[in-house]
Amino acid sequence: MSVPKALAQPLSLKLASAGFLTFWCVLAAFPILWIAVLSFKEPIDSFSANPFNVIFGPVTLAKGKGLSAIDIIAGLAVLYYAVRVAVGPLKRAVEQLTPKGFLAFGWLVGAAIFAIGFLIIFVGFLPLVTSFLNGLLGPLGTPILGMTIEHYQAVWIDNGFSRNFMNSMIVTAGVTTVSLTVGTLAGYALARAGTMLAFSILIAALIFRALPHSVLVAGYLPVFINSAEILAPLLGENAPTLYGQPVAVIAVLVAINQPFTIWMLRSFFQNIPAELDEAARVDGCTHFQAFRWVIMPVMWPGVITTGLFSFLLGYNDFLVTSLLLDAQNQTMVPAITGYFNRETTTTDQVEAVAAAVSITAPLFLLVMIFQRQIVSGLTAGAVKG
Amino acid sequence: MNKKTFAAFVGPSVVMMILFIAIPLIFVLIQSFQVTQPVTELVEVEKCTPGFTGQICETKIETRQMFDDAGNPLRQTKFVGFDSYNKVLELQRAGAALAEGSIKAFLQIDFWKALRFTLTFTLITLPLVLGVGLLIALAVNNATQRIKGPIIFISLLPFIITPVIGALAIRWLFIGDGILTAAIEWYLARDVALFAQGWTIELMMLFYRVWHVAPFAFVVFYAGLQTVNQDTIESAIIDGASRFERLRYVIIPHMMPLVVFVALIHLMDAYRAFEEIVGFSSQAHIISLQWLTYDFLQADDSGNRSISRASASAMLTMIGIVLLLFPLLRKTWQDYRGGKI
Repeated sequence: MSVPKALAQPLSLKLASAGFLTFWCVLAAFPILWIAVLSFKEPIDSFSANPFNVIFGPVTLAKGKGLSAIDIIAGLAVLYYAVRVAVGPLKRAVEQLTPKGFLAFGWLVGAAIFAIGFLIIFVGFLPLVTSFLNGLLGPLGTPILGMTIEHYQAVWIDNGFSRNFMNSMIVTAGVTTVSLTVGTLAGYALARAGTMLAFSILIAALIFRALPHSVLVAGYLPVFINSAEILAPLLGENAPTLYGQPVAVIAVLVAINQPFTIWMLRSFFQNIPAELDEAARVDGCTHFQAFRWVIMPVMWPGVITTGLFSFLLGYNDFLVTSLLLDAQNQTMVPAITGYFNRETTTTDQVEAVAAAVSITAPLFLLVMIFQRQIVSGLTAGAVKG
Repeated sequence: MNKKTFAAFVGPSVVMMILFIAIPLIFVLIQSFQVTQPVTELVEVEKCTPGFTGQICETKIETRQMFDDAGNPLRQTKFVGFDSYNKVLELQRAGAALAEGSIKAFLQIDFWKALRFTLTFTLITLPLVLGVGLLIALAVNNATQRIKGPIIFISLLPFIITPVIGALAIRWLFIGDGILTAAIEWYLARDVALFAQGWTIELMMLFYRVWHVAPFAFVVFYAGLQTVNQDTIESAIIDGASRFERLRYVIIPHMMPLVVFVALIHLMDAYRAFEEIVGFSSQAHIISLQWLTYDFLQADDSGNRSISRASASAMLTMIGIVLLLFPLLRKTWQDYRGGKI
């Protein structure tokens, strides 16, 4: 669309707009990129006051942990192809191989396989090849950029962060599946019923959405700790202590997430024409059949988007998991406080940074793959009012 | 859809919300009026120590915890009325401080300190988030098509990041001689310690929150900008409206529902401020209402949790959010009656 000359923006406005945008992009990405850079250096470099020391890592380099020009080029090439594979062949493979209706699940499996494969090539295979090349090429092969992955090894292998990772995965997967199953049914009914009852449920959900989570946890905590005693008359000897159980945390997070889920899914279902299920009803379907055979095939975009936000809630939660799980059995986010509260040495701090980057990396992948869905999710509730 | 089918569809969700939100709320209300303590008894104990001339004995009255037959500590729950609320609010101390006219002493009290921070935090970040979000949306709308995708990707990063980690990322830029502290020191040519006093930490928290939420406002506003009626813009141009007037009288009124939506969500979330306190480890200087409850709920050194006081502070927090949201809820109600949603 060409703009008439009279309406063209003056240069100053264009410059201001572009300048502001550049500034914002730097501001948005910088803290995250910076901690990623920190985590690969020796502590003295990581917390150096001179930014160039942090980037180039002279101390790390002096200890013989560094990358040569060859390493950097090879690393960048692998990264580039990894991204190409992720948006090209991986996407096609996932879409072809997964049966219809399980696309989100297919993506989870696909992303996990991709991440593991990437790690094996990048951390296991690439160093072997480049060390061989470095030996051959002499001056080109001398390290020029300080870098070490020892903090990641310390976090994941020595400190057992993988156990926290597994806990996070269990909680997150549970929250997402249960939230969606329960929420989809409710969201559909609320979108189709215009009754006062439906509206009261929605308003109640809105109020529940506003409740600080600590208020709710204050209600659970005494009950969960004493649940073995409380449930004993019903279940006898087998009454479980709910405190410290991932299952209990999943139930709590699903409930906390429910108000948001039903509002969001309701707005997606409102965009599916009601004529569809009316036609199915005319053909003799019950409401459940109409839902199963007419609505379910077309609801996946909305469900995937809502699922992303449920995933984020479970993955990012600190408050509920830190209070309801005991310290030995934490998910990733509360576990990290153990590092920065300890802070006895700067090495601990850099390990905390490495743990933080490890937690952020999956989210980074998530935005990369699902950018469109996240944007549509953010606007779904809003545009309808 | 008849009532029975509706109930079948909505049932699981409503049951979950009742079981895990409504009932816990009732528990919290009850707990806030009760205190559960270990039962103790006073016993006379005679203690003897061997001395030079003979035994030295003294009798003392000690409190001792009582145990039931199975060896578990006995506990009793008793009704204490508004006692726990009073312990949280510390009304006498607050009153005394106010009578002296000492705001500083008043804000030393945990609850009022938390309330002060939570409210200023919510109210200061609100216009900043809306303003920054709108600016980014306008700037992105102005950019060429090709770079819009990457810019939205970068913008989503602060929003998607785990809040505690986001706060930590900002903290690591400043802590000790972190590069931004070093930059400030170089600029001011003097030493600064950003984690030594409350107000600098508070500034960093405000910055973090705006950084974290502005992308959300941006995405919503950007979507809104796509639906601005071009004919209205055109007629405004013909009527001689300047760029600013077009923004002020055409675009912003069009986006008003979105502004209300973002404001509503942001009020709810900022009032729950909590992760900042953890990420910046600021509990010595600054606490929020939700952190106060969290702190009561955590087990102290002897493994006790002040459930009663936590419940009282939770109830007070809840009253606050209801008051804050009441005008917006009333508007939603009116809109629904008018058939707008």
